[in-house]
Amino acid sequence: MESYPLFYTFHFYLFGIIAVASAILFVTRKSPVSAAMWLVSTMFSLAALYVMLDAPFIGVIQVLVYAGAIMVVFLFVIMLLNLGQPSEIADVRSGGWRLVAGLVGLALLAEIFALTRAHSVPGLAIPRGTAAEAINSMGAVGMVAGPLFTTYLLPFEVTSVLLLAAVVGAVMIGKQRRAADAR
Amino acid sequence: MLAEAIFFSAVLFTIGVIGVLTRRNAIIIFMCVELMLNAVNLSFVAFARAYGVAGQVFVFFVMTVAAAEAAVGLAIIIAMFRHKQTVNLQNINILKG
Amino acid sequence: MLLQHEVSAAAHPLAGTVVEWLWLLPLLPLLGFVINGLLSLVPATVLGPGDPDMAHGADGAHGEAGHGVAVHAHETADEHGAHGDDHHPVVRHRFAWLASIVGPAVLAIAFGLAVAMFFAMRGAGGGEMHAPFVQRYFSWMPAGTFHLDAAFQLDQLSMLMVLVITGVGTLIHLFSIGYMQDDPGYPRFFAYLNLFVAFMLVLVLGANYPVLFVGWEGVGLCSYLLIGFWFSEKANADAGKKAFIVNRIGDFGLLIAMFLLFANLGTLDFVAVNENVTRLAFGGPLITTICLFMFLGCTGKSAQIPLYIWLPDAMAGPTPVSALIHAATMVTAGVYLIARSSVLFSMAPVAGLTVTVIGALTAIFAATIGLKQWDIKKVLAYSTVSQLGYMFMGVGSGAYVAGVFHLATHAFFKALLFLGSGSVIFAMHAAYHHTGSHEDAQDMRNMGGLAPYMRVTWILMWIATLAIAGVPFFAGFFSKDEILGSLFLRAHDSTLADARWLGIPGSAVLYGAYALGLAAALLTAIYMTRMMIYTFHGPNRTGEKERDHLHEAPWIMTGPLVVLGILSAVGGWLNLPAITSFLGPVGALDRWLEPVVGESALRVTNGVAPEATHSTELALVGGAVAIALLGIIIAAVRLKPARLVPKAQSPEEHGIERVLANKYYVDEAYDRVVVEPTVGLSRGVLWKGIDQGIIDNVLVNGSARLARGFSSLGSWVQSGQIGTYAWVLVIGVLAVLGAFTIR
Repeated sequence: MESYPLFYTFHFYLFGIIAVASAILFVTRKSPVSAAMWLVSTMFSLAALYVMLDAPFIGVIQVLVYAGAIMVVFLFVIMLLNLGQPSEIADVRSGGWRLVAGLVGLALLAEIFALTRAHSVPGLAIPRGTAAEAINSMGAVGMVAGPLFTTYLLPFEVTSVLLLAAVVGAVMIGKQRRAADAR
Repeated sequence: MLAEAIFFSAVLFTIGVIGVLTRRNAIIIFMCVELMLNAVNLSFVAFARAYGVAGQVFVFFVMTVAAAEAAVGLAIIIAMFRHKQTVNLQNINILKG
Repeated sequence: MLLQHEVSAAAHPLAGTVVEWLWLLPLLPLLGFVINGLLSLVPATVLGPGDPDMAHGADGAHGEAGHGVAVHAHETADEHGAHGDDHHPVVRHRFAWLASIVGPAVLAIAFGLAVAMFFAMRGAGGGEMHAPFVQRYFSWMPAGTFHLDAAFQLDQLSMLMVLVITGVGTLIHLFSIGYMQDDPGYPRFFAYLNLFVAFMLVLVLGANYPVLFVGWEGVGLCSYLLIGFWFSEKANADAGKKAFIVNRIGDFGLLIAMFLLFANLGTLDFVAVNENVTRLAFGGPLITTICLFMFLGCTGKSAQIPLYIWLPDAMAGPTPVSALIHAATMVTAGVYLIARSSVLFSMAPVAGLTVTVIGALTAIFAATIGLKQWDIKKVLAYSTVSQLGYMFMGVGSGAYVAGVFHLATHAFFKALLFLGSGSVIFAMHAAYHHTGSHEDAQDMRNMGGLAPYMRVTWILMWIATLAIAGVPFFAGFFSKDEILGSLFLRAHDSTLADARWLGIPGSAVLYGAYALGLAAALLTAIYMTRMMIYTFHGPNRTGEKERDHLHEAPWIMTGPLVVLGILSAVGGWLNLPAITSFLGPVGALDRWLEPVVGESALRVTNGVAPEATHSTELALVGGAVAIALLGIIIAAVRLKPARLVPKAQSPEEHGIERVLANKYYVDEAYDRVVVEPTVGLSRGVLWKGIDQGIIDNVLVNGSARLARGFSSLGSWVQSGQIGTYAWVLVIGVLAVLGAFTIR
């Protein structure tokens, strides 16, 4: 078993708890804007966790893409649609539904834990493995870029097609259609 | 730190699920889905630490897909809003068979 | 050795003769049917007042009513000039002239062909003539071990039938030219009539039971079409339906008989059945069942108890139809069938006794009803039923030649009687038509004293009456006596006499049938004389004005009557009994039919031809003659035509007379016992209960409701609410993960 410095462990738990707390606040906020802001908080905490899990590049991308790009788009949309009306804000289901949803969530958690336990995830027993070595040998960016442009080149290229399709689709769907409006 | 990471991942995922189940605002549900994707990303990164960097490459792909999804999904929401003047999913049932 | 065995067509003595044209016989009338049928598609035209051909003023309002006016189609275009008080337009068909050429011509050609074939057959002769001449055309139904050819066969029995059908048919077609001349459905009438003859020829020429059955059903169809020829009147259409439905019951029997034959003999060809039938046990239950089912078919087609009820109603059709179909040819198909299956029936004495008993009962039963009928055609209809009973007494008791003989003579004199009555109705209708009266032209109470007005019809109908009554040297005398004599002789010594029928000794049954036959002969003489007296003698009851318009029918109608009259007078020469050997060659028909039914007849009589002693025969004949004359005398003495009043003023009948006039209420009884329960069952249980309740409601609508229920469930699930979908998804994930967890 490898021991971690207390500093490391403390910050891991700290950001983990911040992420969970932000997530809870996120799902409970009525206002879409504050919900989005709490989600951004979760994203940032997750970025920190990534860095601590020997994935600094992913952490950077998380901040750039998720917190920086995707969430900004969400906020743009929220503001664009001007979702301030009470009917739109009071979108939470009634108490009964929330209770059942909570039970379902608990059941889901229980099942996930039962499964991870059954499949005996070694937990802390696993040594800091290959990721750290890869950082040492190829650098934080190279460790991701290497496999991405060699082993996973084809999926990477396919991703570009996916993004192109998404761009075209978003433009097409978002465009004001006069004919449709006329109808 | 693997078990802890997976613990947080599971909790975040569950929170996302509960969000999807309890909210009716399309944008918030969408964000909950993003949260679930992030939770999965966390497990990927944690496993990548132990079993090789392929997991990080996967996170990369997931983010790409998430970005594409956000673009298209938000476009759909905007179109829907134009049509129905609402993003409350209770008022939207054009999928009704 | 007398067995009908098949000789390959090429080796048959008739090969290469005119008989090779066998297929042309049904084809000719069929051709006539096609031509006339096409002509009938052209609508009839109404003759306007200015038309030089017209005899009656046309009523424009009814102008294009088409068949609607045909109910009164007995109208005549007479030579007395126009009549302003006419209430019916004359609707003559544009192509009537063509139909009158085509219709009778195809039959005349067919008759000529048949005569040529007859002489070819007579010329061929010899031992090989025991085999029928079979012509196979194509393989009709090859299915596994079942093989059936569309084939015709010509043997002596078919030949006789073909001659009767085409000969009498031609005469009746000629008569129809006059009788139907002013009917708008003129070509249609000839089309049906031609089609009927075509099917009748198929019936008698078929080389196996299914081909026979095709003709059997075909004539049934034509009968239906012709009974309901004036279908715009509901009673006529109903009569057609009644005939059709009652016949279906009989056809069911014939079908069952065919199935049983095939199941047990593996073939349905007449030749092969006759060869193989000896494999079945003599008098066994199987052969008896087959024969009884076959006889059920005959009771339907030939109007025997219990299925005779359709024939009197069939008089709703035009009179030539009654003459051709319901007297001379179609109704005798049952007799033909039994003669054709004589080998089967000779193997089943109990079935033979059944046929005899039914025939005897029908003969006496119908004769009693005939005593009190007022409608001239109804009298003849019951007379036909009664005479058919005689024929069945003959063929049932194994006297096949006698039955067929009576079939032929009956075709002559009954066709004559019907056509004669048609002539009378024609005259009556014309007279009433002139004066615009709506009296019943068929009711004998409205006739009387017609003899001076229609001499030819009067004389000819008396000939036919004497023939049917059995007065010596007329046709009916010989044939009826032969049947009665055969019954008497077979009661002495035959397989039938040895058998028991419902516990009664067969000889007692046959003596009983003989007695009933004699009684029926007495009644026949009475009711026929009654008909003649009421129609032609005594004071005239048509009415003052109408009397002036009574006149004889045109020559085209009387001509065929004369020919039939000659045949009715001399038809007995076909088969003279030994006692009258001074008249000519004895037993011509016996010898002619011997290859077909000889063996069967011998089997019935235990291998020896029954020979009556001279004195016995003389006594039998003397008794029959005495009874016939007695009947005529009783009728002539007892009936008082002078007391008769027209139908409209006639009092109600009472007692037994009323029962007879109402035909023993058999129709009413059938209504109560069969029709009403069937209709009730059909309406209440089958229609409302099973069809509407179970099939429509439970099965059809039920499956629809089930589908709708499932669909609404699916529709409810497909709410379009993404939230619900998410819930379902999550619960599904929970379940799947739960399954993994538990495992």
